[in-house]
Amino acid sequence: MGDYPSRSVNATAGDLGVTPRHAQGAGYGNSPSNYNEPPLGGGGALPKKTRFSIETGFRGLSTAAGAMVLVIIVAIAVFLISKAVPALQANNASFLTELTWFPNDTEPVFGIAALAFGTVLSSIIALIVAVPIALSIALFLSHYAPRRLATPLGFVIDLLAAVPSVVFGLWGRDVFQEPVRDFSIWLNEYFGWIPLFGGEGPFGQSIMLGGLVLAIMVLPIVTSLSREVFQQTPGMNEEAALALGATRWEMIRTAVLPYGKPGVIAAVMLGLGRALGETIALALTLSIAFKINVNLIENGGNSIAANIANAFGEANETGRGALIASGLVLFVITLVVNMTARAIIYRRREFRDSAA
Amino acid sequence: MSILERQVPGVVMTPDNIRSRKLPVVTNVLVAVAAFAVAAVVVLGTGIGNWVLAVVVGAVLYLVGLYFAAGRVEGRRAAKNRTMQALIYSACVLAILPLASVVWTLVSKGIERLDANFFSTSMNNIGARDPLGGAYHAIIGTLEQVGIATLMAVPLGVLGAIYLVEYGRGKFAGTVRFFVDVMTGIPSIVAGLFILSFWVLIVSPWFNDGQPRFSGFAASLALAVLMLPTIVRSTEEMLRLVPGPLREGSYALGVPQWKTILKVVLPTALPGIVTGVMLAVARAAGETAPVLLVAGGAAAINFDPFGGNQQSLSLFVYQQAGDASRYAPARAWTAALTLVALVLILTIAAKLLARRNKLSR
Repeated sequence: MGDYPSRSVNATAGDLGVTPRHAQGAGYGNSPSNYNEPPLGGGGALPKKTRFSIETGFRGLSTAAGAMVLVIIVAIAVFLISKAVPALQANNASFLTELTWFPNDTEPVFGIAALAFGTVLSSIIALIVAVPIALSIALFLSHYAPRRLATPLGFVIDLLAAVPSVVFGLWGRDVFQEPVRDFSIWLNEYFGWIPLFGGEGPFGQSIMLGGLVLAIMVLPIVTSLSREVFQQTPGMNEEAALALGATRWEMIRTAVLPYGKPGVIAAVMLGLGRALGETIALALTLSIAFKINVNLIENGGNSIAANIANAFGEANETGRGALIASGLVLFVITLVVNMTARAIIYRRREFRDSAA
Repeated sequence: MSILERQVPGVVMTPDNIRSRKLPVVTNVLVAVAAFAVAAVVVLGTGIGNWVLAVVVGAVLYLVGLYFAAGRVEGRRAAKNRTMQALIYSACVLAILPLASVVWTLVSKGIERLDANFFSTSMNNIGARDPLGGAYHAIIGTLEQVGIATLMAVPLGVLGAIYLVEYGRGKFAGTVRFFVDVMTGIPSIVAGLFILSFWVLIVSPWFNDGQPRFSGFAASLALAVLMLPTIVRSTEEMLRLVPGPLREGSYALGVPQWKTILKVVLPTALPGIVTGVMLAVARAAGETAPVLLVAGGAAAINFDPFGGNQQSLSLFVYQQAGDASRYAPARAWTAALTLVALVLILTIAAKLLARRNKLSR
């Protein structure tokens, strides 16, 4: 005991006693406005910039973390392709046009046509139902409701977004199926001559049920984004419209909606992206069928994501590869949809910070 | 009598014509009553539908009737205004209905198995005829998976946001920011497939004698992929709200940039960052698809996130929903209630925290 080896050798030698971490003197350091200029007033007495400092390290670390996002997106594509290609080579049918899905047989036959059709159809139903309601709620929250009502209602809509999709799926299957079946039977009775509502049944676990459940799940996304956009309408435009004698609806139609149009389009596309990728809610509400069928109310329907969840359990290696291939298609579709939506948002810079 | 009134009668402002005439509330109510009465008589009388159709037809009739009644009294433009307002209000009511139904069903069906047994047992050795069995193993799994995912995603996400706000300039930062936004839209099942093909099928055989193995850790990886963009976005937003003079004050005292970020910027933005993280955690806890693909689900308790199949609460709901046992639906609903309670508590706490946050737009 009694020795203090950790004390620096020059503790009393007139050295400034700075540790390497503080080895940067006055005048050094990044000025917030100009990063690349040499420090002002840097005389020879000031410490030189070291080649590797904590600053460089930290900057590198954070840059790497930022780049990680790009790495992950590229990695998703690379790994999905690497696992999908062997299965696609073993496929005995055209992957893009085949309807059935038998990848586990010794002669695997599978294709994505019926799945892609079901995915798109259910998403379209969801958007047709959800978008008008979502825009109405957004307008209500931004221009109609008194503040005391708007805040809690907006809060409730946000909570709706937080409810897990499996809960909506369970609710759709156990509770919502009954009214939808009644409605389907009614539609079939009176509008059976339209191909969309024809068929002999059974009804209920149909693409309409799936689409309606999806609509409920898409609603909060479209609502919250459009509300932000509507709230950003310049007050001057609104007041000018009102001063010219416009009624409130005319003010909304002439000032708010044109201003918010790009934002609304982007919000709808983000909702579409969510609807396309939704898995569990559809896996619980649709009854599986590998057909291209425009009938909305008969049992049936399927989607890429729901099929992955349903078929994964009994998939062998080719089957897994086939599911990964279908997931790759889904990835590409949603990537395109999302990139389009974001590109629209980015073109209008004022929307950028509100993009949730 | 003024000159003006003599020359142009009817122009003088009297209380009658100073403002446009309004549709009396009584008329409004009368139109509504008449619309619903007619709808009820027509629909129920002819037997083409039940009371739901009557309400829908009544609502449509009311809107049409309102348009014409208001049109006669107030003019066409005001009538349109009134009708659109009624439409917007009814859309709000329509949207509240499913939410109310979900909440009601959750509570009424979930209360059945909300007992101590549910939270203290697993599904090990629970057959189709056993009424008991619980979600203890699923809760353990959810907590471990989400916890590990948070440990991975938070440092990465916060560092990424620091890059975007403090260091990132030029094209590369723009690209990163754009793809962070795009990545928020990646479907959870794709993240699950990614970890399946990357971790479960390629990496995990190295540790397991060449056999691919499901694990809770793989689920954490998938959840981290899903959480990362959310955390980067919310943290970035918060860091941008930190006032510039705070940073400049620190630089003026000779503090290097990395230390300014760690000691000044991050602590200032901390409450907002925590809010964003909690929202991301809530979202991740509800994800089913990735856990299904890479953790596989299990009936027994498994504390080891690296060793074999693990259950999670959302996956438990999904599996019980597909189970043929007549006791399974009750278990599914109670687990769903637990899950929603967990998620909503996190979300509400996050929102309340955000409200107390001093930095705000």
